[in-house]
Amino acid sequence: MTLVKKLSSLNWDIHPPYIYPPYKSTVRRGPQKPLIPLPYTLSELTGPVYGDDDIGPLDNDLTRNAVKNGEPIGERIIVTGRVLDDNNRPVPNALVEVWQANACGRYIHKGDQHDAPLDPNFRGSGRVLTDKNGEYRFTTIKPGAYPWGNHHNAWRPAHIHFSIFGTNFISRLVTQMYFPGDPLLALDPIYNSIPDEAGRNRLISIYDHDITEPVWALGYRFDIVLCGSHMTPFETREA
Amino acid sequence: MAEQSPSQTVGPFFEYGPIYGGEDILVNEQTSGERIRITGRVIDGEGAPVVDALIEIWQADANGIYNHPADPGFANVDAHFRGFGRSETVNDGMFFFKTIKPGAVAFDDSTLQAPHINVHVFARGMLIHAHTRLYFSDEAANDHDPVLYSIEGGRRKTLIAQRENGPDLSTYRLDIVLQGDNETVFFNP
Repeated sequence: MTLVKKLSSLNWDIHPPYIYPPYKSTVRRGPQKPLIPLPYTLSELTGPVYGDDDIGPLDNDLTRNAVKNGEPIGERIIVTGRVLDDNNRPVPNALVEVWQANACGRYIHKGDQHDAPLDPNFRGSGRVLTDKNGEYRFTTIKPGAYPWGNHHNAWRPAHIHFSIFGTNFISRLVTQMYFPGDPLLALDPIYNSIPDEAGRNRLISIYDHDITEPVWALGYRFDIVLCGSHMTPFETREA
Repeated sequence: MAEQSPSQTVGPFFEYGPIYGGEDILVNEQTSGERIRITGRVIDGEGAPVVDALIEIWQADANGIYNHPADPGFANVDAHFRGFGRSETVNDGMFFFKTIKPGAVAFDDSTLQAPHINVHVFARGMLIHAHTRLYFSDEAANDHDPVLYSIEGGRRKTLIAQRENGPDLSTYRLDIVLQGDNETVFFNP
């Protein structure tokens, strides 16, 4: 059997560079030497496989998965979308992990010193698998903006962190989803590290009234496109 | 073609997100293979430990088979080994895994690669992850590995974890240097 060793690789015109001085901590943490080309072997063509056994029944509902004595505070939202490869094909069984601040802009993490209240009924993390059409969906609370120490009076725009496992190790992506119309986006060095305007726009979710649930929650659509698409060995056998 | 979604940093507060606990131990009692410990420190361009990095590893089982349907040996994979691990660094910048030593994996139809573990490095201050590999100091096959061979001689050592024999299980130690003269070799996947 001959493996197809051609995968779409990271497009560096779209992804942020390792070093982007307006985001200060990149200056000492970003690799500086030229990256070495990597041939595609089974090490790159494979990656962890997840299934329904890896997901708990409340993992996709952040409004319920950490409740102690009541409902979390804030604006309830539904976030849904599709995970695609860059051949525009849906990626089924992709593990999508999300984490975020609460409605006040505070993470439950011990390192978060922002003087805003924790919500005893909100942990702010969840996970979901895409279905056969590459679709995922979770319910959460709209996160708040929060200050950070990058520069004077720096505030992160409201965002939800996303971690996605595609069909192989190359397609791994960690990113952030933003909200439309957020005035802090123009001021945010992390968001503006993305060199291409269309790329920046792809990280802004779309308000979609069709996703809302009447008298319950508003809805946002966020599609994700991964690199690393390729013909599988099975397809070459059949071809 | 659809355009890729850009990467953004994992940030400092991932502990309650992708860290669910237990993912630094890849083995259970039924897993086949030599138990090993993998450890090292993530270091920034000033030599300081990176205390909020996330290290992910992906490896074959003891027979060199990945637990993934694209591996031709998939039908015979060790069902007790997924092969994926995740460890956050803590105050001293150290990461830790308990796993098994992987077998050799094919490079192409006629060549094997030296046993290795695939590594992704995420951190606050990294807008996109870095991709590297970990090889083992006691493998003669390192001298013929096509990927190691593609790297300038002086930098190959940045990918080779040094074996330290312990009373219970052996440890392989590899520091990941994000920047500077001893910068780890990172790949452009």
